[in-house]
Amino acid sequence: MARLCLGIDCGSTTTKGALYDGEKVVKTTLLPTAARPRERMQQIYDAMYSDQVGFVVTTGYGRDLLEQSDRRITEITCHAKGAATLCPGICGVVDIGGQDSKAILLDRDGSVADFIMNDKCAAGTGRFVEMMSRILDCPLDNIDQFVEGCTPVDITSMCTVFAESEIISLLAQGARRGDIALGVIRSICQRTALFAQKLRPQGDLFFSGGLARFEIFRRTLEDFIDLPVRTHPQSQLAGAIGASIIGHRKIK
Amino acid sequence: MNRELIKELPEIFEEFNDQRKKSFVTAMEMKQKGVPFVGVFCTYLPQEIPMAMGAAVVGLCSTSGETIPEAEKDLPRNLCPLVKSSYGFAKTDKCPYFYFSDLIVGETTCDGKKKMYEMLGEFKPVYVMELPNSQGPDAFELWKKEVIKFKEKLESHFGVTITDEKVREAVHLNNEVRSALKEFYEVMKLNPAPIMGGDMYKVLYGSTFRFEKERIPGDVRALTKKVLAEYDDGTENCPKKKFAGRPRIMITGCPIGGASEKVIKVLEDNGAQVVVYENCSGAKSVDELVDESNPDVYDALARRYLNIGCSCMTPDENRFKLMDRLIDEYQVDAVVEVILQACHTYNVESFFVKRFVTENKGIPYLGLETDYSTSDVGQLSTRISAFLEML
Repeated sequence: MARLCLGIDCGSTTTKGALYDGEKVVKTTLLPTAARPRERMQQIYDAMYSDQVGFVVTTGYGRDLLEQSDRRITEITCHAKGAATLCPGICGVVDIGGQDSKAILLDRDGSVADFIMNDKCAAGTGRFVEMMSRILDCPLDNIDQFVEGCTPVDITSMCTVFAESEIISLLAQGARRGDIALGVIRSICQRTALFAQKLRPQGDLFFSGGLARFEIFRRTLEDFIDLPVRTHPQSQLAGAIGASIIGHRKIK
Repeated sequence: MNRELIKELPEIFEEFNDQRKKSFVTAMEMKQKGVPFVGVFCTYLPQEIPMAMGAAVVGLCSTSGETIPEAEKDLPRNLCPLVKSSYGFAKTDKCPYFYFSDLIVGETTCDGKKKMYEMLGEFKPVYVMELPNSQGPDAFELWKKEVIKFKEKLESHFGVTITDEKVREAVHLNNEVRSALKEFYEVMKLNPAPIMGGDMYKVLYGSTFRFEKERIPGDVRALTKKVLAEYDDGTENCPKKKFAGRPRIMITGCPIGGASEKVIKVLEDNGAQVVVYENCSGAKSVDELVDESNPDVYDALARRYLNIGCSCMTPDENRFKLMDRLIDEYQVDAVVEVILQACHTYNVESFFVKRFVTENKGIPYLGLETDYSTSDVGQLSTRISAFLEML
């Protein structure tokens, strides 16, 4: 008898899958999207689907691409649900994705009360960090150690492309790579905090998206936003988990 | 009439597609009959005055991205698409209404338009009315003088005499047009609403491009009758059944039309129904009639037009009064505000709109910033779907 729901979240950078059995998440997967959203969703579907799966929900910008999807729900709704499940008691979500960032305000039931998205510009998104990691030759996975004990340099450019030139000039002036990296991190977190504050959150915030893996981003965001910022080892999977939970109610 | 009217087609006519050629030819035929064209931008312009001299009043607010690259040769890129597009059409002779306008009338509404009119004045006959930025008694006195000055400008520009009696006739006709359009959009008060908002918009917007104004009331009333007759025929597929359960949306904000109609489409493709438009071409420009019992027709016109709510006014109380009433009368479930990129006044005012809608009216609000391109349809779709999932 079918008892599982499969949620697939196809983002611009990674595609994630989660299986939910009505009480807990029993399995998750994460693959790089690598410019092939359709193939990646199919791959996750093939790997995770079984006769135990009674409903499939897709979300993220590739949500319309999987033929076997029973329901397509936006990443806003799914993220909110996933976040409220991973971290009960939060009042909102700040998500820094690969190509956009978003802030969601939750009501007492963990449903979306309001949201804003920044999708017009790469500044303040994962793209900005990828650019920095490339120019500064610092592998993202080591970012926490890379900036430890560093003094941030001010990054003033509001645009990813101009910030790139700014970083290159800073390097030419002899600035330390770690100091520049910390400056970039502060710039992203400050922008994200200002953006999230438009929704006037008043309690704990859940931080998700790829950058939530790094303590330095969480801590810096918390400094700027002046509210407790929480995360979870599975925060990057929040969208997929939310999708699987929302869909589970639909299993007959 | 001693002014020579523009009666010939533009040189680039042959490059146009059939639809555009048709519009040019229709306009040219009007011109050859001796009908002057007065091109206008805003809902603030008292159309009754050019109507009184027998002129065709044509709308020039452009809604397509086609001429923006040409406009950006002169104008900054970071400017409202409506201003850029309008300037571009004027410059390229691609719009029949611009091309055949014997006089173009602007008002001092937003900063982008005001400055654009100065540039437009270098190659088109442009007259600018000084619209006050507030709506108190002093502002009214100024506006009334401006309305009378506008009449005098038309008289001298075209060599005609505009009598009060003719203005009264035009007021009466335009009130009839407004009443008919209002009766039409008021069918949307029915719940479920009888037609899709996209179709309603086509009628409202299309009516602004009709040359024979005296035919609008009859045609629109016939359409209203038809919509009501088809509303509930008892079958499963009648509008009353078909449209049940759709969230009822009010659209407010910047003028929409043409390219920015994508917002209506995305909303309705995702299961909602736009039941009322507060913005230009919608209730704002139709809702209030000119007082025909006022012995001073210019006083009546000035009062009626200055009352229009728009973010170029400070404060803009009338916009909020109208929204308040429309949200109740149309049983609106959520409000969507369309803001054209770089439209500072609407963009700033959205702070108050959001607060008013969510706190005073207790319903959800979504603000969308967009332009005349199609590049953001995917992003609009995500935002709108997420918003509708929230309801």
